[in-house]
Amino acid sequence: MDRSEVVNIVNDFLIEEFEIDESVISEDAKFIDDLDIDSLDFVDIVVIVEKNFGFKLTAEDLSKMPDLKSFYDFITERVNQ
Amino acid sequence: MKRVVITGIGIYSTIGTNLNQVKDSLFHGRSGIGIDPFRNELGFMSPLTGIIETPDIKSVLHRKLRKGMAEQGEYAYMATLEAMKTAGLDIDYFEKNEVGILYGNDSSAIPVIDAYNKIIEKKDTSLVGAGSIFQSMNSTVTMNLSVILKLKGVNFTVSGACASGSHAIGLAHMFISQGMQEMIVCGGAQEINAFSMGSFDGIGAFSQRIDAPQKAVRPFDRDRDGLVPSGGAATLIVESLESAQRRGAKILAEVVGYGFSSNGDHLSVPNVSGPQISLERALKQANLMARDIDYVNAHATSTPVGDGNEAQALFNVFGGKTPVSSTKSMTGHEMWMGGASEIIYSILMMHNDFIAPNINFNNPDEHSEKINIIPETRNAKLDTILSNSFGFGGTNSSLIIKKFK
Repeated sequence: MDRSEVVNIVNDFLIEEFEIDESVISEDAKFIDDLDIDSLDFVDIVVIVEKNFGFKLTAEDLSKMPDLKSFYDFITERVNQ
Repeated sequence: MKRVVITGIGIYSTIGTNLNQVKDSLFHGRSGIGIDPFRNELGFMSPLTGIIETPDIKSVLHRKLRKGMAEQGEYAYMATLEAMKTAGLDIDYFEKNEVGILYGNDSSAIPVIDAYNKIIEKKDTSLVGAGSIFQSMNSTVTMNLSVILKLKGVNFTVSGACASGSHAIGLAHMFISQGMQEMIVCGGAQEINAFSMGSFDGIGAFSQRIDAPQKAVRPFDRDRDGLVPSGGAATLIVESLESAQRRGAKILAEVVGYGFSSNGDHLSVPNVSGPQISLERALKQANLMARDIDYVNAHATSTPVGDGNEAQALFNVFGGKTPVSSTKSMTGHEMWMGGASEIIYSILMMHNDFIAPNINFNNPDEHSEKINIIPETRNAKLDTILSNSFGFGGTNSSLIIKKFK
């Protein structure tokens, strides 16, 4: 799976499942400050990533991904391992 | 003791999803009962149920505010929006004034089942999702509405079986009359999905009259054969008279009596003395005589024993003249919601000068022939109404409302 496919899937669930306005989604968007993702939303992100990409994010993984760029990169790397 | 009034009402039910629709259904004796084919697939003894429109909750509430809501919470939110509108209230008022919430709810089946299935499948609780815990608790309605509406007063759920909604209003009356709260959002909510009713179906409590769903619920009728489960939500804004007058709110009715009792007898079989104590206590608190009641909205669900015993209790207290009807003949049994919705149905009758019919009452039995059951819509001026709600375990609640003067 290439990075652009990962970006499309992630952006789709952010817009559809999390009802985040498309205009605030960008590579440098911060989860907490820009996307208004809170601690409960992170629980749902773990569920949705498992459903879409087949692996489980840990709290430690998430702590290393402050913005969408690092999130896209991390998922792309994991799904292609 | 402070006087306690109702200034807002909202309803989301199987006979209408707003006050106007519900008023018309009550007046015309329209039933909200139908057949759920899924229940046949699941091996239910009775596929009969109230049929409700799914609310478009996504259009009025962002995911963050609805992810903890179960089915009945969505009904409650829709009913509460209408109640706030009729009361002339908004969230800004709730932010600036201490307002409480007491809401009846006694189950939340689907989120529990979904979480169970996920845990069995994944063997990993972190994959259940964040909303499940907030959807699955009995207090799901009050916890969600209190956050959404920014309520800062008393906040808990009343789980009193099929009297939950009625007890919620009774407790609001107590909190407000004693000066502990000025305003409380009250009500009752009831999920309708098949899985929440499977075990209830399993004890053979539901009507088998599947050839004529809208004739299945026949409270007090000689040929009744069981209740039909139903649901939705009903919300009332209850406040002190001083609070209502200070706001310039239109007063829809005054709550003047709350009676309660426990049968201390049997899990499912009701008796005569428990309900009788409840309605006598309501009359005593209201300082009214039985002859002062213009209409009784009966609990009567269409079960053989329950209706018979309620008819005896009503005859013992009211004799044979006071008009009685069960709106469950149209709505089905709204259970945790019923005690609240039936106060709203009573207010609609009070303001539109009619008694809603006890539809499908064709032949009385030995007990119902002694009381004055109204089988067809009757025009009537109603100043004072008593509404009964009884539940499993023998919990009883009776409320009396009066036209405000």
